[in-house]
Amino acid sequence: MADLSTNCAGIRSPNPFWLASAPPANSGDQIKRAFDAGWGGAVWKTLGTPIQNVSSRFGAINWKGSSGVGFNNIELITDRPLDVNFREIADVKKNYPDHAVIVSLMVETKEEWKEIIQRSIDAGADGLELNFGCPHGMCERGMGSAVGQEPTVNERITSWAKEYSTIPVLVKLTPNVGDIVPHGLAAQAGGADGVSLINTIKSIIGVDLDSLVPRPVVGNKSSNGGYCGAAVRPIALHMCAALARDPGFNVPISGIGGITNWQDAAEFMLLGSSSVQVCTEVMLHGYRIVEDMIEGLSDWMDDKGFETLDDFVGKSIPAYSDWGNLDLNFESIAKIDPASCIGCNKCMVACHDGAHQCIHPNEQGLHVPVIDEDECVGCNLCQIVCPVPGCITMEEVDNGFDPASWNQHLGEGKELRHKKGSH
Amino acid sequence: MSKLPDGRSEEVFEDFKSPYTEAQALVEANRCLYCYDAPCITKCPTSINIPEFIRKIATDNVKGSAKTIFDSNILGMSCARVCPVEVLCVGDCVYTAMGVPPIQIGKLQRYATDKAFEQEWDFFSAGPDTGKSVGLIGGGPASLAAAHELRLLGHAVTIYDKRDVLGGLNTTGVAPYKMPAARSVEEVDWVLSIGGIDVRTGVSVPEDISFEQIEADHDAVFVGFGLGPDRLMSVEGSDLAGIVGAVDAIEQFKLGSFDLEGVWNALIIGGGNTAIDAVREFIGLGVDRVTMVYRGTEAGMSGYTHEWKEAKMEGALAQYQAVPIAFIGEEGRVTAVRCQRLDLDKKPIAGSEFELAADLVLMAIGQSKLGDLLADVDGIEVQWGRIAVDENQATGRPGWFAGGDCANGGKEVVNAADEGKRAARAIHAHLTEAN
Repeated sequence: MADLSTNCAGIRSPNPFWLASAPPANSGDQIKRAFDAGWGGAVWKTLGTPIQNVSSRFGAINWKGSSGVGFNNIELITDRPLDVNFREIADVKKNYPDHAVIVSLMVETKEEWKEIIQRSIDAGADGLELNFGCPHGMCERGMGSAVGQEPTVNERITSWAKEYSTIPVLVKLTPNVGDIVPHGLAAQAGGADGVSLINTIKSIIGVDLDSLVPRPVVGNKSSNGGYCGAAVRPIALHMCAALARDPGFNVPISGIGGITNWQDAAEFMLLGSSSVQVCTEVMLHGYRIVEDMIEGLSDWMDDKGFETLDDFVGKSIPAYSDWGNLDLNFESIAKIDPASCIGCNKCMVACHDGAHQCIHPNEQGLHVPVIDEDECVGCNLCQIVCPVPGCITMEEVDNGFDPASWNQHLGEGKELRHKKGSH
Repeated sequence: MSKLPDGRSEEVFEDFKSPYTEAQALVEANRCLYCYDAPCITKCPTSINIPEFIRKIATDNVKGSAKTIFDSNILGMSCARVCPVEVLCVGDCVYTAMGVPPIQIGKLQRYATDKAFEQEWDFFSAGPDTGKSVGLIGGGPASLAAAHELRLLGHAVTIYDKRDVLGGLNTTGVAPYKMPAARSVEEVDWVLSIGGIDVRTGVSVPEDISFEQIEADHDAVFVGFGLGPDRLMSVEGSDLAGIVGAVDAIEQFKLGSFDLEGVWNALIIGGGNTAIDAVREFIGLGVDRVTMVYRGTEAGMSGYTHEWKEAKMEGALAQYQAVPIAFIGEEGRVTAVRCQRLDLDKKPIAGSEFELAADLVLMAIGQSKLGDLLADVDGIEVQWGRIAVDENQATGRPGWFAGGDCANGGKEVVNAADEGKRAARAIHAHLTEAN
């Protein structure tokens, strides 16, 4: 059985699954229940000067009847007294010494940082996470993403934290920037022991078509919120990978953003995360989801022969390349398995209207569409829309050409195969 | 239009397929794969764009969904209830090939069309007056669909029907657990709401008005008078009281009341859909023992298998390979039926006679065809009692068209709706070309 024990930037936990700083990690009672359910760590909901929240606070994207594919919130940091929070942190650590308790922090002045860091350490925290990411409310007050969007401010405050902290410091980065790399490097330059990313994406989740007020509706107004949930995962994966593959970036990453199950977690870890943090999926389904995450990851590691997390963290990074290095002579085409095709024709309409017009009706009157392999560009769209798993496969074609990337074509004059589907 | 009386026997029935709530409709609509060139559309005689109307339910565009349905089939509300979807659209849902339960298209269609009725959404208005007039004989589904389409095209329309209520078998014959008569009457009002449809009820053709007169009064004629009375058997004792035609009996309890005093054993003679309906209906009306007597094997029944399965679960009894040879009575009323077994070739087996107790016998061995009424009208060809029509529902007599059971021999409401609509378009072409 695989060893899931985790060390992310010096913060140790029995497994890599941490609650992200958010409503599921708002109180000691909740975090104890989460640890009982199997979570390895928790990042305490951001502490700072307690705030007053609005109602309502959340909005969601629904897709085909599934609620919360995308999610957004306009909730701020903790609204509970700091004394209560620190008392509960101490209590949790006393009862769960082997689990990781990371305290998320967001204050303004250097003095405030000094005080709140000391109180966190005194309460027994295993690590700190500096919230430089929140894209709503707090940023209007000069905190959260207002810090994370300015590398110099990020670096300065990180260095303050490092000056006062005797425990590991993670910097939580905002995705609301053009390129994540300078912001990760700024945190590293400030001395951060690691970064966590992504925080939520600045968003408006929708508009109420009756009242014409954007959602979530607060009386007769709304505000931009932080977007999260499964739908943001590709953005988060890219930012995680972009830092992980940057030669100048050398500190650990705690991955966040749309992680719903063990497969999502494995993907983040393959792209460089040492631990993963989850919020939305817990908000939608409860702490119990971690059982499947632990089992699934462990079994997958066993299947793959990975004994520890270090065996695969970052393992997919070498396969993440610039487009110019992709082999233009690699060719694949779609194949439809007639035995499992149900005749829905979704591949045909998708190919005709949305791709390269190479899937056609069956002229023999059979229900299985026909692929014109001479025109198929191997784009995957038909496989994506097919409702039957395994019915459409993308199969490699040996076209006799040696591999040749665009860069090789330009630089070394390597020969490219003929274009397909450019009719 | 006259209204139906309260206290009808059919009112004891509840929906066998309960209507969807909004939540249920959304779950089901979201399951639909939105196939392209979908098999369910191909299987629908009126070619309703089913994936499209289902997608519109899922996007909370129920009004648009209903319009998609009614654009193809103005009788979409009743068809949602009475169509044998198991052998039409639902039967060809691609999910079946995946081993996944098919989309409940009928229930979704009912959801959208019920909402349209409830909200009184107004989708249609009559076309500009063409000055042409069409007479429609019979007021069932075929004529209603034709009349509506003709009004869209701007022609004046008159429907002649022998009953006081329109809707034909939709009103008088549909199993009440699928649709009560009152709902059919509401649908008639919905169709008539386009305006300009002149309804002459209580008028039998040709008894009260001759074919010649109708032809003289109109520029074109549509015949949609359905089928005739139940066929009966002429064997010993068949004139006893308590032996009635099944379609007649069903009409009685749908439009009024059916006296079941003293009826403990009912026999239904026949193995088609009317027989199965009658079996289920008389079980539902409270008869103790309801037995179907069919001359063939169970596998040979022409009624839908899924309906017969339901009937058996409800307690239906059956005598297969059996045929009545005499009815036995006391004081002029049937008390038993003497039957004889048939072999697999439906030949009598000597010495196989047996008796079944019966207080009520319903004959469900088919309805007579009315086509012969037109046999003397020049140019109209009648084959085995059916009015012969071409692919445009045109008869051999210029300006005369026909559709529904009188032309197809007895099919579904949805076939009648399709034939009526296509006939209307052909009539339009005929009337406009004639200019």
